[in-house]
Formats: sequence, C-alpha cells, structure tokens
Amino acid sequence: MTVIDAASHTPAAQTSVNPTRRKTDGHTRVAATLMLLPAAVLMLTFLIIPIGLTFVLAFTNARLISPEPATFVGVDNFLRLFDNATFWKSLTNTVLFAVVVVPVQSAVALGLAVLINTRMRGINFFRTVYFLPVVTSMVVVSMLWMFMYQPDGLINSVLAKVGIQGPDWLGDPQWALLSIILLSIWQACGFHMIIWLSGLQTIPGELYEAAALDGASRWRQFTNVTWPGLRQTAVFILITITIAAFSLFTQVNIMTQGGPLDSTSTVVYMAVRTGFQQQQTGYASAISLVFFVIVLAVSLVQRYFTRDKEAKR
Amino acid sequence: MLNRIVKLAIVTAVTASLTLTFAGCTKGGSATNGPSEEGGISTLSMWTHNAGNTDELNAIEQVVSDYNASQTKYKVELQAFPQDSYNQSVVAAASAKKLPCILDIDGPNVPNWAWAGYLAPIEGMDDTLSKFLPTVLGKWSDKTYSYGYYDVALNLATRTTTLEKYDIRIPSMDKPWTKDEFTAALKKVKDSGDFQYPLDLQTGNTGEWWPYAYSPFLQSAGGDLINRSDFKSADSVLNGPEAVAWGEWFRSLVTEEYMPLKSGADPAKDFLNGKTAILYTGSWSAADAREKFGDDVLFVPPVDLGKGPKIGGGSWQWGISTQCGAAEGAQDYMKFAAADKYVASVSKATGTIPATDAGADMVPGYEAGGENDIFRQFSKKYALLRPETPGYPFIATEFTKIAQDILNGADPKTALDTAVKNIDANQESNNFFE
Repeated sequence: MTVIDAASHTPAAQTSVNPTRRKTDGHTRVAATLMLLPAAVLMLTFLIIPIGLTFVLAFTNARLISPEPATFVGVDNFLRLFDNATFWKSLTNTVLFAVVVVPVQSAVALGLAVLINTRMRGINFFRTVYFLPVVTSMVVVSMLWMFMYQPDGLINSVLAKVGIQGPDWLGDPQWALLSIILLSIWQACGFHMIIWLSGLQTIPGELYEAAALDGASRWRQFTNVTWPGLRQTAVFILITITIAAFSLFTQVNIMTQGGPLDSTSTVVYMAVRTGFQQQQTGYASAISLVFFVIVLAVSLVQRYFTRDKEAKR
Repeated sequence: MLNRIVKLAIVTAVTASLTLTFAGCTKGGSATNGPSEEGGISTLSMWTHNAGNTDELNAIEQVVSDYNASQTKYKVELQAFPQDSYNQSVVAAASAKKLPCILDIDGPNVPNWAWAGYLAPIEGMDDTLSKFLPTVLGKWSDKTYSYGYYDVALNLATRTTTLEKYDIRIPSMDKPWTKDEFTAALKKVKDSGDFQYPLDLQTGNTGEWWPYAYSPFLQSAGGDLINRSDFKSADSVLNGPEAVAWGEWFRSLVTEEYMPLKSGADPAKDFLNGKTAILYTGSWSAADAREKFGDDVLFVPPVDLGKGPKIGGGSWQWGISTQCGAAEGAQDYMKFAAADKYVASVSKATGTIPATDAGADMVPGYEAGGENDIFRQFSKKYALLRPETPGYPFIATEFTKIAQDILNGADPKTALDTAVKNIDANQESNNFFE
C-alpha cells in the first residue's frame, strides 16, 4: 500500500509524461545511433584503427613487403629515430615552417579579408581571384611554381629586369625552404581569407557607426571593434593553420623530395618515404607516432592558452 | 566517455593487429586464386603496367591472342594498369591474396618480390632463356623468376662535328674516354664559351633513374652498391676510396660548371637544340637524335672511370605469381611467349633492344652491323644488373639520397658512410634475406 501511496503522491503530470518521455528517449537513441553510424564507421576505419595500428606497429619491425611476420622489437625504432640526423633536420624544418607560416599566412589572409569586405562594384571578381589558388590542386600549384622557381624561370627573369641576380630557389639549401613557405602561403591564404571574411561579417555595422560617432579612426576601429569581434575566428584559424603547417608534404614531395641536403625534408615526408619507398612500416609508424604526439601537444597548448583568455574575459 | 573511447581504440587496434598476425601466418599456405573453369577452359589472369603505353600494350595483346588461339585448355585475360600505381596494386593484391597468374615486374624488384613469396620460379626453360641477354632475366638465389623481351642501353650522345670542332678524340668501344680525357674534353668545350654547360647527365629526373643511371659510374670507378659476393654489407665497397673518388668526380662536374646542378625540364630537347654538347641518355632517344642530326650524331660508351664503362641493365620482365591456381597453364604461356618473334615484335613496338640474337635479326636496325646494333653491343659488354638482393629497393632510396646530397655539396665520405650504415642495418634487420 505504501508503494501505491507514494505513487499517488507524485504529481499527475509527471506520471503521465514519464512513459512517453522514456519512449521518445528510446526512439531518439535509435535514431541518433543510426545517424551516428556512417560517420562512426568511417572514423573508426580511417582514423581510429589506423592510429591504433600506428601505436602497435611502432614497436615492431613490420615491413611493407616481407614473408616474415612482424615481431616486437621494443623501443628500437625510437632509438634509431632519435639517433638519425635527418629526423632532427626534418623536425627543425617542420617547426620553422610552422613558425613562419602560421602568423604570416593568417595576417595576409586577414589583410585580404578586410580589403574585400567592402561594398564595391566587381568585388566578387577579387574574391574569386584570391580564392582561386585554393581550389587549384596543390600538385598543380607545385608544378607551376617549380617552373617559376627555375634559375632562368619567371621569378628570376623579373628580378633580372630590376637588376637583381636571383638565386637558384629550389636548388640552394639556403633558399629552398623559404621558397616552399612562400608558395604555401600564396596557395592557402585564400581559404583562411574566406573564414576571416565570415567572421568580419558577423560584426554588426552599428558598432562601427557608434565608433565613428565617437570619432575613432579606422585603425582604432580595427583594434577596438574588429579584432575583439574576431576572437573566435582567430582561435579556429590559429589551430587549423598550425595543424596544416605541421603536415607539410605535397609541395616537398613534388618540388624537392626533401633536398637539397635535407633542407626541405619534413617529418611527414620522412614518414612517407620510410614507409613506402623504404618499406619500413614499423619505423615509419614510430615516426608517425612521434609526429602525432608533437601535434597533440601543440594543439593542447594552444587550446590551453586560448581558453585561458576566454575565462579571464 | 573518454575512457570508453580509449578502450574502444585499444580493443580495435589489438583486434586489427591480431587479424594481421593471422594473415601473416597463413601467408605461406597454399592460397589458390581464381582459375575459373568454364567448359574445361581455365582462365589465367595477367597484369601489365602498360595502360599508358599503347604501342607496347598492343604488342603484348597480340602475344596473348596468339596464345589463346594456339590451344584450347587455357585462356589468358590481360588487364592493363597505369605505371604509376602498378607496384602498389601488386603489393595490395598480394596481401589480399588476389595476385594474377602472370604479371610484369620491373627488373630490380624481382628479388624483393621473389623473397616476399609473390613470384614462383619459371621452370623448364633454361635452354630457351640461355639465348636471352643475361640482363633481361630476373634471378634470385639460383632460380630464374622472370624474363623480359628487351633491354635499354645508356650512352653518351654527341655529334662528330662538335668533337672535331674542339679537337676531341672520338671514343670507341675498344678505347672509351678515360676519366682524365673526359675532363679535358669538357674543359675544352667549356672554355670555348659556346655552351653554358657542355654536359647534361639529366639530373632533373627522379626516382629509379638515379641508381639506374649513376650507380654504373660508381661501379666504373671500382665501387659498388653492396658487396656482391654475399650481399650482406656495403662496407668498403660503397664507402671505400674508389667510391669516395666517384663522389668527388661527380661533385666536380657541378663545381667546375661542366653540367647544371639540376637539368632543365627536357634535356633531350636541349641536346637537339644545341644547348648541350654531350648528353647522357638511353637508346630510347636515338631515333629523335638521328632524325635531327642524321649521320652527324654519335652514340659513344659512357666514360671509363677505371674499371671500364658500365651501364645499368634490366627493364620490365614477365613472371608467374605463387597465387596462381593453374600454375601449369602459366608456365605453358611463359614458354609460348618466349618465342623470338615476340621478342622482335615487342622490342620493335617499344624501340628497345631485342633480348635475343634471333629476335634482333627481325628488327630493322638491330641486325648485326645495323645502326642500332651498337646499343646491343653496349648491353652485352657493359651492362651490370642492379644488385640482386631483396634489399635493393631500400638500397636504391639510400643511393638516390646520397648521390643527390653529394651533388649538392655534402662531404662524399660522410654521406657514403651514412648510407653504408643504413643499408647494413636494413640487410641485418632482415636476417640478410635468407
């Protein structure tokens, strides 16, 4: 009886709603699972399993082509890797690339975005032109720039016109990485320009009007209205450019193959070369694992700093 | 939640790796693949890398249709792949146990694939194959796994008028240019100021070109990619004084500005346009040069750096996979397809050197005394196979890297020592492929 009593005390609304909600809960769960399934299967097959395999394979001597099954070799691969001069050179190049590309590319993209964020006849033409390199395949872009970078190519011809003897861009260890940095920024900044632009367009026009009424100059408007309004966009751009910069591969593979004298070798390029051309799957997994840890660490650090600022506000 | 994801990832990884291990265990087993039988006819699948090369593909299709018409027991079905993805397709097919019965293989890969258990030896053809150029046969541990219809020969292309103008001796097979003579010749041409770079070694090419084209210079100097007596170590052959001398010579060609650090986009065209005096090239570009210069063009042996001129040998070859359910049929096809007339038709279609004497007689230009006979002579006398060890693909990448580094100014001794260390470690980590 007490049970019934207890039940009778509960509000009628609750008793009548509860079963239906439970029912909807079940439905929602099934629907959610179904909707999640395609993405989950793809993520599992192409992301989680490969990453899991990397963790395992990095401690074996697995090979791409071999009649022998792989055996565990402990941390051998890592010892070999840390003793490899090319690895340290590749890591330095990768970091150098990221350190230059992240700020410069986001700044250039922001500059372009501010330029094209105006109402003007024919502005769509400029938007398209700046975006064009992004939709062009990186392979094609690299091939074109390779011709432009030749000792007697377009760039050096133009330099010669103003009396400068241009270097052998891709053939000189001093210049090769810089050449790849320039091309990469040119190719990718259009994409981030679009993201900056979307951020710019979320800032209400009234803020600018108010600032103008207060007598703020264009520069003050930028620093006090535009930039604070772009904080979320900036975080997104910072993280995506950083990850993209760390995975530098296509340009190197096509233009220099890591040379001359390892001056353009990167961690990803090294991993691909080791894994496929040299058939050392285990060793390449170790490189990928180290790379994974580095990118994860950098992303975590970035998240920490960006979140910290949010909290302070 | 995070915990569950991590658990899931670990479980998946472990399951996946276990599956892999099992796959590894069954690899040696007797997998039988696909001779589908219909009406007593077994179908033999056959793969080639020739999808982008119509002339060669047509010639191979002719061999296949002749074979299919010649008997009623087997039917060969040809499937062509683009060359760029061909090797990957074969490796993927091998792991999935879906290799075709008959396939073509790039010569230097044969030992690697034979060791990996992809290829079955060719049997009962010793007599026939003894008539083939030794460089077109794919051998590993005393067994023959493949034969090819043709080879190509590297040479130095130049012009009689050019050499006479600068008072340079025209070399012959009996008396090729020596190292000093070659350097003196380059200096004469360079000093004339007529050419920015007298020589072009096609250093803009990538991939297998580097070991194919430049390791013969190393061998001519007295070094090698690995010690060929037991294929265990590269020590003292790849970093000995001869190899270092090769590295210094190679680099000097750039520092003395005899050749560009990196060749232009089309070195053959540069030679035809008179931008280069001497071009290091293969027999494949002879036709164009003859058309442009007529009798003036000369094809001379590569420079002798001490041990006589050397050139690379071995091109695409045919073999049988271990995963063929109708192995007898595949062997039967290999015997049929080795006829001289097919050697002739395929090499004619590709403009390459026919692998047999009888085949050569049927290809205009390659008969004894013909205008292309010299390339056959080069192949017979100078050609050296890339080392026949399953470790070759690794050696190739290491050699490519150090050759590029040396050309760019790395210290030859240090670079060669690093390569030796890596190659020896790789041979050892595979138990020397025994």
